[in-house]
Amino acid sequence: MGNILEIKNLSVSINGSGGRVQAVRDVSLSLHEGEVLALVGESGCGKSMLCKSIMHLLPKNAKIESGSIIAAGQDISHYSERDMRKLRGRLFSMIFQDPMTVLDPTMSVGAQIEEAVIHSNKKLNRVQRHNRVIELMELVGIDRAEERYRLYPYNFSGGMRQRSVMAMALAGNPRILLADEPTTALDVTIQAQIIDLLREIQIKLKTATILVSHDLGVVARAADRVAIMYAGKIVEIGTAEEIYYDPRHPYTWGLMRSLPAFSKGQDKLNTIPGMPPTLIDPPKGDAFACRNQYALGIDYEEMPPMFRISDTHFAATWLLDPRAPKIDRPIGGRLYG
Amino acid sequence: MAEVLLQIENLSHSFKLTKKLKLKAVDNVSFCIHKGEIFGLVGESGSGKSTLARCVMNIYKTQSGKIIYKGVDCTDKAGFKENKKMLQKDRQLIFQDNASSLNQKMRVCDIITEPMRIHHIKPPRGSYRAEAAFQLKYVGMDESYLDKYPSELSGGQRQRVAIARAVSMEPGLLVADEPIASLDVSIQAQIINLFKHLRQEHGFSILFIAHDLSMVEYLCDRVGVMYKGSLVELAPTEELYSNPLHPYTKALMSAIPVPDPLLEKKRRRIDFDAADFSLGGELVEVIPEHFVLKEQ
Repeated sequence: MGNILEIKNLSVSINGSGGRVQAVRDVSLSLHEGEVLALVGESGCGKSMLCKSIMHLLPKNAKIESGSIIAAGQDISHYSERDMRKLRGRLFSMIFQDPMTVLDPTMSVGAQIEEAVIHSNKKLNRVQRHNRVIELMELVGIDRAEERYRLYPYNFSGGMRQRSVMAMALAGNPRILLADEPTTALDVTIQAQIIDLLREIQIKLKTATILVSHDLGVVARAADRVAIMYAGKIVEIGTAEEIYYDPRHPYTWGLMRSLPAFSKGQDKLNTIPGMPPTLIDPPKGDAFACRNQYALGIDYEEMPPMFRISDTHFAATWLLDPRAPKIDRPIGGRLYG
Repeated sequence: MAEVLLQIENLSHSFKLTKKLKLKAVDNVSFCIHKGEIFGLVGESGSGKSTLARCVMNIYKTQSGKIIYKGVDCTDKAGFKENKKMLQKDRQLIFQDNASSLNQKMRVCDIITEPMRIHHIKPPRGSYRAEAAFQLKYVGMDESYLDKYPSELSGGQRQRVAIARAVSMEPGLLVADEPIASLDVSIQAQIINLFKHLRQEHGFSILFIAHDLSMVEYLCDRVGVMYKGSLVELAPTEELYSNPLHPYTKALMSAIPVPDPLLEKKRRRIDFDAADFSLGGELVEVIPEHFVLKEQ
């Protein structure tokens, strides 16, 4: 399986009023063709920044410090805006968290999807364009598409809006789809529908997908591989089975254990104490050390490297060092037998 | 059975969209909350959960039905006026959007003690500042936050300040309108633990509104499911989650994500078709304490 997207040692920083925030710190990541990679972490851990830097959609005060982004064989990290515009929508497109901020309230939904269709293929005539829009709307599960073509975003429910945004993102048959918390603004039932739809489309069109979320529960349904991010770094990456049944990083333990499913019948939910650190002046060693009950002395001194557990499973924690003391892992194995 | 704290009888509330068109946001809802109980209310957005919360708090004028709190009919004008002070002190509301529910231009210290100053309560711990520090400590924040503005706090901290403000009045009933919807998973767990702690230590009764069903399962004693303004099912938590009877509840339950990829990928979601049933009828007790909306 080839890599459609490869990120090597990417660092992104934002110049804010309080100082330089190191939003993404030395992230290396690869996305295989036709897989769903979930990116999970708390807010402020740099998930969205990573996605935006792939698309070159960073805010003006942010910049890529170092590293390279190789998409479909070409290094795009130094592409100009003009070159990027040719790639956006065709090579990759993005779905944002809140559909209402993406859609233009004064334009009918059909016309907005048509705009995306025009952008991806200028040669189509009017009838072809219209047919393509209807086809896209049916693809994302908007039934009675002919009628709804003329409706406006405010006529649509939250789930329907997110579907139309997906139709726009898929207009150019992108090979990479970046979904930045596509279900956070939605209800549980709609959330499940959208996740299923994402999976369905991904299988049908063989689009490689990066699914950003803060909820490990949501991700379980769709992800082939999972990457856990903390304080701008990837702390653990592996296949979904490896991450859920055999997590190795204390932060992954904490995230999993704070799900209510793991605390059934207990008096208290498990929490991760404290707050994520600010990334203006990140701590010297492991950024998670001060919230980690299993922290070793070396965690405060030196950044742990990525330890290899299997060919697909890596984690950055000193606990995996052969010299580290053996500890009982609080979780692991299957929750429901 | 513990004594009934809040009794809601046939409550309805509708909004006028145009001259002819009315939206029934809450339609003939009846239930009660016992003392020391955490009652969960779930449903999709637009199902009338928040409208119900606002009706309970007398923010919306009740159009029909009765809300009886501690034996006082809140919908009766004279009765409300007589007990106004008690009713307003004893019921506190926590909003979903913590950024807009806290005054941007006030310091944390002033925010927390504002209800005391409104109700002319002498701070039991000497000064307002000491009182604010105590309440802050209670929700798990230290004194250094007293002089900060809401914009300097994170989402979880702001929610804690909002909770501290509500708790400072030592209310009998706490209405929490989606208090964890906008927070991270690990912070959600902290806030849920705080609610549990408040109930254990102080015996608060809580009306907990949420759309995260797994948190509701963990926290609440009884759960009501709302759909399009009607209460369609009402049962003790364990009973409801193990044996959902209404088709809408079944669909809701099947949508709860399970953190187990192999199981989750195989699991089938139950789709819910609104045309399957009408919303008429009344709550019928099918199994003891388990009520389902049924047509007569």
